[in-house]
Amino acid sequence: MVNRVVVGAHYGLRDWLIQRITAAVMAVYSVMLASYLLLQPHLNYDVWTGLFSSQLMRTFTLLFLSGLFYHAWIGVRDIVMDYVKSPNVRLSIHVLVILALLLYAIWSVQILWGF
Amino acid sequence: MKFRIYRYNPDTDTAPYMRDYDLDIEAGNKMLLDALLLLKQQDDSLSMRKSCREGVCGSDAMNINGRNGLACITPLSSLKEPVELRPLPGLPVIRDLIVDMTQFFKQYHSIKPYLINNDPPPETERLQSPEQREHLNGLYECILCGCCTTSCPSFWWNPDKFVGPAGLLQAYRFIADTRDHATCERLNDLEDPYRLFRCHTIMNCVDVCPKELNPNEAIGNIKDMMVKRMV
Repeated sequence: MVNRVVVGAHYGLRDWLIQRITAAVMAVYSVMLASYLLLQPHLNYDVWTGLFSSQLMRTFTLLFLSGLFYHAWIGVRDIVMDYVKSPNVRLSIHVLVILALLLYAIWSVQILWGF
Repeated sequence: MKFRIYRYNPDTDTAPYMRDYDLDIEAGNKMLLDALLLLKQQDDSLSMRKSCREGVCGSDAMNINGRNGLACITPLSSLKEPVELRPLPGLPVIRDLIVDMTQFFKQYHSIKPYLINNDPPPETERLQSPEQREHLNGLYECILCGCCTTSCPSFWWNPDKFVGPAGLLQAYRFIADTRDHATCERLNDLEDPYRLFRCHTIMNCVDVCPKELNPNEAIGNIKDMMVKRMV
């Protein structure tokens, strides 16, 4: 087998940038949601369902969750790049993580629009 | 003063061990290297690299009480006893405090650390304005001692693929140089998930640099240029 150091894939910048942008989206959403909930004098189930009954809130939440999943994908792959050296194990972990994240994405839509 | 020094001679030792030394020395204005040279008089099997003994050549980089630094510019008075000395982490040990720097220099060479300019050479020199020259301050001073790169966890995990802070500081030194014409190629070379983007802004490099340089800022500047180029 030829043993060469393989580098040169050109997605370093793209992924780094996407991770920063999704982080900003998540930060804005988290701060907004937290301040809304903290400002409610009576926080109960009705307030919660009322908030998530608006299409705008559902869309924003989905944007937040999509950002979270993409952010998590880049982060997990970064960890795998550092610690998992075998390409077979690496590919298996990648596939499992992608499948899990896709499942979470479908589940999120189901939760947000399913009630 | 008490010292604990990492000892390993591959010819005679099966495993590395720490050896205790006691040295009768006044800390005063003396540096750690002075103590090491006196210890070497006591025990001539103790091996280390040193040359200029004034923080210019970068050969006596080692791990001093858990932090990388140059023995020749580390005052004895600043050290807690017992002073624990180990070779630079993350590189193969040749003997005692001497490490094999091959991987470090391979990464340094990979960024093409020389001026690339295909214009016919001028009769005297390639001129820069004082403002253009200003950009090279904080970049050209690197002495390649390896303190930063060997303190970087990203380099420990991927020494064959991640250029490391010292190499990236030098990459930016040539990217920032107005006389260099290979900016685009240099950026292409680093736009890879490993070569530059293994940097997770841990900033051990900034913490340990004995010349007080900031590789992290240089890496940030390279990222900025890549983003500007893309959008």
